[in-house]
Amino acid sequence: MINLLLITFTISLIYISMANRMMTYIRIIAFQGVLLFGVAFVELIEINLANLIFVLLETIVIKAIAIPLFLKYILDRNRITREAEPYVSNFVSVVVVTLIILGSFFLANAITDTNVRKIFFIVALSALFTGLYIIITRRKIVTHVMGFLIIENGVFVLSLAVGSEMPMLVNIGILLDIFVSVILLGIFADKIGDVFEEQDVEQLRNLKD
Amino acid sequence: MIGIYLTGSLIISVAFYFGKSHLFRIILAWLFCIMQGVLAFYEYNHPNQTELVYFTPDALAIIFLVVVSIISIPVFYHSFIYFYKHPYKPREMGLYFAATVMLITAISAAYLSNHMGITWVFVEITTLSASALIYHRRSKLTLEGTWKYIFICSISITLVFIGILFVTVAVQQADINDLFYTTLSTNAPHLSTFWLKLAFLFVFTGFTAKAGLVPMYTAGIDAKDKAPYPSAAILASVLMNVGFIGIFRFYEITSHTAVYQWTNKIVLISAILSVFVATVYMLRVKNIKRMMAYSGVEHMGIVMLGIAAGGVGYYAAILHLILHSFAKPALFFQFGQIYRTYGSKSVYDVGEYFKYNITGAMVLLLAYFVVTAMPPSGMFVSEFLIFKSLFASGYLWVLILIMILLTVIIWAFGKNVFKMLFVKPVDFDDRHLESIPFSESLSQFILLGMVIYLGLNPPKEMVDLINAAISTLPK
Repeated sequence: MINLLLITFTISLIYISMANRMMTYIRIIAFQGVLLFGVAFVELIEINLANLIFVLLETIVIKAIAIPLFLKYILDRNRITREAEPYVSNFVSVVVVTLIILGSFFLANAITDTNVRKIFFIVALSALFTGLYIIITRRKIVTHVMGFLIIENGVFVLSLAVGSEMPMLVNIGILLDIFVSVILLGIFADKIGDVFEEQDVEQLRNLKD
Repeated sequence: MIGIYLTGSLIISVAFYFGKSHLFRIILAWLFCIMQGVLAFYEYNHPNQTELVYFTPDALAIIFLVVVSIISIPVFYHSFIYFYKHPYKPREMGLYFAATVMLITAISAAYLSNHMGITWVFVEITTLSASALIYHRRSKLTLEGTWKYIFICSISITLVFIGILFVTVAVQQADINDLFYTTLSTNAPHLSTFWLKLAFLFVFTGFTAKAGLVPMYTAGIDAKDKAPYPSAAILASVLMNVGFIGIFRFYEITSHTAVYQWTNKIVLISAILSVFVATVYMLRVKNIKRMMAYSGVEHMGIVMLGIAAGGVGYYAAILHLILHSFAKPALFFQFGQIYRTYGSKSVYDVGEYFKYNITGAMVLLLAYFVVTAMPPSGMFVSEFLIFKSLFASGYLWVLILIMILLTVIIWAFGKNVFKMLFVKPVDFDDRHLESIPFSESLSQFILLGMVIYLGLNPPKEMVDLINAAISTLPK
């Protein structure tokens, strides 16, 4: 079951690398939130109410509902065109993301540590690098926020991979901080849409020496 | 006490946001500064007593807490001057002060935290509150600066989080399951070296965004350029100490393990590159504020050299950080007066400053000597000790390279500063100049005087605290 969910998650990474429309990106990010809920739910060894509420809040409410709705609001309000406008062609992106996944596969196999579960590790690394790749190769500012979200999803999988059990208070603090930083990034992406003609990183080249 | 402090500053922050009257704001600012001072005083008298599970005032935390308490008084003073002289909307002023209080609180809490996760949470809060300050003027360029700052800091803080996750793997071998610095430090020899190395790489890279080192220094430069000058003074001094403390606490853990030599190499490489990058940009930068920000990159590089060299370098590094935290705000406060006189940030538009504002020009001249570590600056002492430690630990070639780079920096810095002081400005209309009173420069004279005094005649209390902070590191 876990393997199935994680493999679906990896496929969604390949899919996002060749998606054309902004709405597809948002749907995939919402879908990844649901997948992460599934993984975390199966992983919960002892199902007590506090853990369940926390996981439910982090994955379904925030990752799958609140943030995608917020991103859609930004798209609509700034009348951002539907196309994602990458710098490279979709074919190249698919090849690169496939290579990233393969690379993570070999990297994870090189690690001989029984404390870390390999499949989680592979998926987490792939998501991290795919997120970075999306940030580098896309032109629009909203897409950068989405790349950041994919990185955050990768970190979530990684935290399951290493089975870290931080105290509840720390977990909640981390969750809140990430949520606020994503909202802030969104708000500023929105403002950039207001102030500049286009929501494009090309506009942000004035601060230099 | 920390509980009272956190709640108190939250209340003050909210009150600042909603408060309308001017007198009310001044009272709140005083209240906050007093509370900050009382906290520092209380923690100084109760060292190493854990409060609220996650906060322990160890020697390093106390040192930096005292520094931030001293800096916050002139920061509020100059913030009020900033608002007297610049047009603003009342709501923006409320947000500005609320964010300043949040930033200083988060910085203090990050110093005091004894748990990796809690440090992470408060460092992230510094990013969020700093972004409100950087965006204060709401222009296109501040928007760009803020966006870059939040984005790069968010990515960096994610890297730190990945590092923390790797630490949790490393500790599983040692059969411990919490991330308190003291637990990690005592069990350090049992941690898995592979995961510890990986964790150090991520944590170090992540915290360089705050500390202003290569590779993630860029966001900080834009932030210090675009933030109003009193906030830039915070960003350029005490906030950099937050990045340092994040790196230092983890470095202290690795120093008890087999990866100690390896981490020293990483720190050394980053330090040399930081000084190099600062040199390159100092040569070509024409924006005064950015010039001051790059000078911060240089000083953090020197501090890290001291850490990498070890021995007396540890002591000198902490001393250098303290002195830098006093010297840099003085420069930024002085920049506020320069901007009010000339209305420009460019070196080309500023000149003959001695003619228009003699006390300000004295501050600038003195600050130049202090920041470039020329005698009688206290930073001369700390830099001298760092060079000595580099020599003692066999990094002779590094020392020679750094000395050449520093000479270039002093030349480039001096070229700009002396142009601002003595060369006639182009197309400058001096008919409607306001005269800036001496009292506004007083805080900068005091800060620079402290740098000289603390360096040449360090009080016994400070020396004891620094020695306690580095006592666990290998000799």
